[in-house]
Amino acid sequence: MRFSIYRYDPDVDAKPYLRDYDIALEPTDRMLLDALVRIKAEDDTFSFRRSCREGVCGSDAMNINGKNGLACITRLIELREPVVIRPLPGLPVIRDLVVDMSQFFKQYHSVKPYLVNDTQPPEKERLQSPEDREELDGLYECILCACCSASCPSFWWNPDKFVGPAGLLQAYRFIADTRDQATNDRLDNLEDPYRLFRCHSIMNCVDVCPKGLNPTRAIGKIKELLVKRSV
Amino acid sequence: MVRREVVGAHYGLRDWLAQRMTAVVMIVYTLLFLIVLASRLPLDYGDWKALWALPVMRYATALFVFSLLVHAWVGVREIFMDYIKPIGLRLTLYGVVILALVLYGLWSVEILWGM
Repeated sequence: MRFSIYRYDPDVDAKPYLRDYDIALEPTDRMLLDALVRIKAEDDTFSFRRSCREGVCGSDAMNINGKNGLACITRLIELREPVVIRPLPGLPVIRDLVVDMSQFFKQYHSVKPYLVNDTQPPEKERLQSPEDREELDGLYECILCACCSASCPSFWWNPDKFVGPAGLLQAYRFIADTRDQATNDRLDNLEDPYRLFRCHSIMNCVDVCPKGLNPTRAIGKIKELLVKRSV
Repeated sequence: MVRREVVGAHYGLRDWLAQRMTAVVMIVYTLLFLIVLASRLPLDYGDWKALWALPVMRYATALFVFSLLVHAWVGVREIFMDYIKPIGLRLTLYGVVILALVLYGLWSVEILWGM
């Protein structure tokens, strides 16, 4: 199978280039990650991140034939050749497919992605009704692979100011949590022309999310709460 | 080192909401205007003149133009915020756009009430 892969080693290369690989696949090679591992075995200068190899850790997010996705759950059989693999767009490249995610995680941390509740915790755990728990479905599953934020033009242009779809989905995950008491602070934190309102609902995030989540809907819910709070 | 915490600027909602509300006004006006036109076909110069002599037509159109200007301001400002990074250039462009929009508004009033 033919691959065209983005290669860049800042210590050696003056600028990035695409390198072609022809790889003989085995019948057991079903996902793109299997092919990348074979390429790595052939050319050990090639770098990429990977860990769980089953779509849970979010390490091997990359741009596959122009669309962000996880290599480990992208079927080889569905890819058109030559398969063009590039690093996630909009993030600084460290080497080959390895990108610097600091800005992404900085935005994630800025929404305080943890439960805020100052009341005395009960002996066992803070309980929720099944209905309240259902509110978190479609939010808690995010694995922070950055496929969504790296496909969002608003995040490309203002990664230092716009929280991005992943961060905003996480922000809403805690706003929607009935055990959390900081809803007002969270809304204050987001009410900003850059942090929240850079989202123009173009839904690239929904298109690429490998977990099938919908950050645009979560962002819409945040805006709805802001409206309810102020009118 | 001072540990700065990122917090919202506490605005942005009003602009976002205004853009949605003005969009609704424009849709409603456009539909009503098309219905009014369709109900008066065939239209000659006299009918057209009589139509615009109605105060309701003038005020409704003025409201439409006002909505359009607000909508355009929010939208154009968003584009500048996305792409124009130097503050001086951005503020200059803001000024130019505001001036243009205000002039369009005044011009529309002159047309509506000058007919």
